[in-house]
Amino acid sequence: MFSEFLQYLFTGITIGATYALVALGFTIIYNASHVINFAQGEFLMIGGMGTVAFMGLGIPMFFAIILAVLLACLVGIALQRLAIAPAKNADVVTLIIITIGASIFIRGIAQVVWGKDYHVVPPFSGDEPIRLGGAVLNSQSLWVLGIGAVLVIALILFFTRTLIGRAILGTSMNKLAAQLVGVKTQMVLMLAFGLSALLGSVAGVTVAPITFTAYDIGILLALKGFVAAAMGGLGSGLGAVVGGILLGVVEAMTAGYISSEYKDAVAFSMILLVLFFMPRGLFGGRTVERV
Amino acid sequence: MFDRFLEWRMNYVLVLAIIVFVIPLLMENPFYFDLATQILIIAATVVGLNLLVGYAGQISLGHAGFYGMGAYFSAVATSAYNWPPLLALIVAAAVVGLVAWVVGRPILKLKGHYLSMATLAVGFIIAIIINNESQLTGGPDGMVVPPFSLFGWELSTFGLYSLLGLEIPGHVAWYLVAGVLLLVAVIIAQNLIDSPLGRALRSIHGSEIAARTVGVDTARYKSMVFVISAVYASIMGSVFAHFTGFITPAIAGFDYSIVLITMVVLGGMASPMGVILGAVVLKLLPQFLAGFQEYETAIFGFILMATMIFMPKGFYPTAMNAIRNKLGKSSGGKA
Amino acid sequence: MTVMIDVKGLDKEFGGVHAIEGLEFSVEQGQIYSVIGPNGAGKTTLFNLITGFYTPTRGEITLNGESVVGMDPNRLAERGMCRTFQQMQICMNMTALENVMLGRHLKIRSNLFTSMFRLPSLLREEKACRERSKELMAFVGCGEYINTEASAMSYGALKRLEIARALAADPKILLLDEPAAGLNGTETAELEELIRKVAEQGVTVMLVEHDMKLVMGISDRLLVINYGRKLAEGTPEEIRNNPDVIAAYLGG
Repeated sequence: MFSEFLQYLFTGITIGATYALVALGFTIIYNASHVINFAQGEFLMIGGMGTVAFMGLGIPMFFAIILAVLLACLVGIALQRLAIAPAKNADVVTLIIITIGASIFIRGIAQVVWGKDYHVVPPFSGDEPIRLGGAVLNSQSLWVLGIGAVLVIALILFFTRTLIGRAILGTSMNKLAAQLVGVKTQMVLMLAFGLSALLGSVAGVTVAPITFTAYDIGILLALKGFVAAAMGGLGSGLGAVVGGILLGVVEAMTAGYISSEYKDAVAFSMILLVLFFMPRGLFGGRTVERV
Repeated sequence: MFDRFLEWRMNYVLVLAIIVFVIPLLMENPFYFDLATQILIIAATVVGLNLLVGYAGQISLGHAGFYGMGAYFSAVATSAYNWPPLLALIVAAAVVGLVAWVVGRPILKLKGHYLSMATLAVGFIIAIIINNESQLTGGPDGMVVPPFSLFGWELSTFGLYSLLGLEIPGHVAWYLVAGVLLLVAVIIAQNLIDSPLGRALRSIHGSEIAARTVGVDTARYKSMVFVISAVYASIMGSVFAHFTGFITPAIAGFDYSIVLITMVVLGGMASPMGVILGAVVLKLLPQFLAGFQEYETAIFGFILMATMIFMPKGFYPTAMNAIRNKLGKSSGGKA
Repeated sequence: MTVMIDVKGLDKEFGGVHAIEGLEFSVEQGQIYSVIGPNGAGKTTLFNLITGFYTPTRGEITLNGESVVGMDPNRLAERGMCRTFQQMQICMNMTALENVMLGRHLKIRSNLFTSMFRLPSLLREEKACRERSKELMAFVGCGEYINTEASAMSYGALKRLEIARALAADPKILLLDEPAAGLNGTETAELEELIRKVAEQGVTVMLVEHDMKLVMGISDRLLVINYGRKLAEGTPEEIRNNPDVIAAYLGG
């Protein structure tokens, strides 16, 4: 009984950590520009598929991963420069459609370049499972959790300790004020997209050995990340992490105890419930309507 | 005379009617009729969605859920329970309307991205249920839908009918029925827009604060238009199910919701002709890209992005403005 | 004279900061009642509390004897309250006339069914609504803009349009938030005339305004607030001679 529960919990936390990273990616871009980037999932796809492709060229895994992550960052920056920046005064609906268009475009290109097949990325450190309390823990899960934790800590340090990090935070709070004190907001926005792509692609490549990877995995991951971010409260880093883990665990429990077909339905019902009762998510700040 | 036509609020409906009823004279191939009928059905759906998105300024990323729900309700009720199709269509619309009202009340209080998340979730849940209740819906494999019939008179694309002494094959008959439905959908939508109710809806888009100070119960109006657009989707979903005779859960899925909202935004929000044009373009696009099947997804994504960046108001208003400017210059007006 | 608005012990805090503190006053029917005070004194916050955009932290507001604390703006509109805004709230996606017609929203009885099929009852009602709205546009002095898109109108005209929209609701009490802001001398004189005419029709007017000449000229009573608290209240004459007010305005 307990070992079963533990097994679902491990699975849930592992996938939840991935959702949390996607949600963090959303949060960074949302904070810097108030855009919900529906192409966020494509960064994960590029991370996984890119690694597969570069390894296919005979490049060792470690360098293949770095190249894939770099590629994702380039795509992220290009997305900001070429698609978001030109649509300066667009309203919410338009921006959503632009990022959805970008997501479809990236997916389309990936399909042409890398094909439609599903691929497996080898685990980072062998596939010897670890036994713990009667449950089996995939060694790759430890990589996901470890890298996730390192990234979260690095992000916290980046936003609180470095000048660039503070500049991004400042821009998110008040664009005009940031410009007045000399922050180059265009630069900051590019950085935010690049950083978000970095998070996404690292998450994508670390989770790929567990979940497989293909050109079209991005959209569902993006939506789950969006659910996690909205559940935590858009713009809240803590909310994104908690929302992601919570979503992963609830999904794994539903799949284990109720029905694996309905695990996605549970994720989406959960976000509806959260929004019904807490319209700004679990950790979202309250804002006063100005008239 | 011509001036009065230009000022008439329904002038474009007449133009639309002429286009819709002249086209069949130029086509013969049943394949084209099939495609054209699909366009008419989806156009009527987005005319309804436009009331929500274009006029009231609320987003829905889950509208295909309502479309699919209408289609599957009709399909299951007529095939498994032998309901008359018209009854099934009406009950489906009522049920979908009720569902939209129940979920709409709380979610329409949300703003911007939270609203898009919530509508997306509602659409997803409907699609997942359709996918998984396979004993009723056939699951991912889809299901066969009986043809539409009324008082024993059956409308099938394979039938042969006579109207005013003319022999009309089934695919043309379906086209004409769908054409009439689109015109009715447009007329009702335009009537709503031009009514005090429509004014209240547009005020929510223009300034929700202003709307509230003059007594508009914005929550009630938002749910009302959400329900209306859901009912439009449900009815057209039912019609689509009977027309094609075979439906799959894809019509309720997220991708299809995106297609619907893209039609609204691409052609031109808050303009019935614009959204119809959006439906035409998006439905025809795969035909033009047939030679580049491999690149279809990438090209579709690119067009979506490029249009939104360079023509955020959509094709139709952009084109109309250009034409108006041209006309203004040539007639020596102050342009 | 009956009391139109009665405010008792009104408090509003934003994250521990008192924007309004212990405010008490009452406005009688038919008065022109102005609220003045330095920038940031809490005038607009007070208006937002009265008109239901903010909920008070503490205190009581009654409208015609009925408690209206926590009531939504649209329900206050049903009770005869209407307002304009310092940051104008105009529907730029409509024509000027449509904006005023929107003001008559609560007077219209047509429903979904009559709207969908455009039944004769709806057309009659719309015709009456259009006529009344045109009258009001002429009344406030923007009769020449009837078919103009709101987005194409000048600032001053929009200010008057917003008043026309509020009047279209046949309000018992009209709250104007800085109606003269951004207007030139002639326009302000016209505005003064307009406010007088509105008050003559029996509408109670509450005013937040910076233009002292305007305020002193037309108000029956004035409320002076500073840091969210009442500094003085009385007739223009009393206010002009009040040492606290003089100190606040001149001594800084």
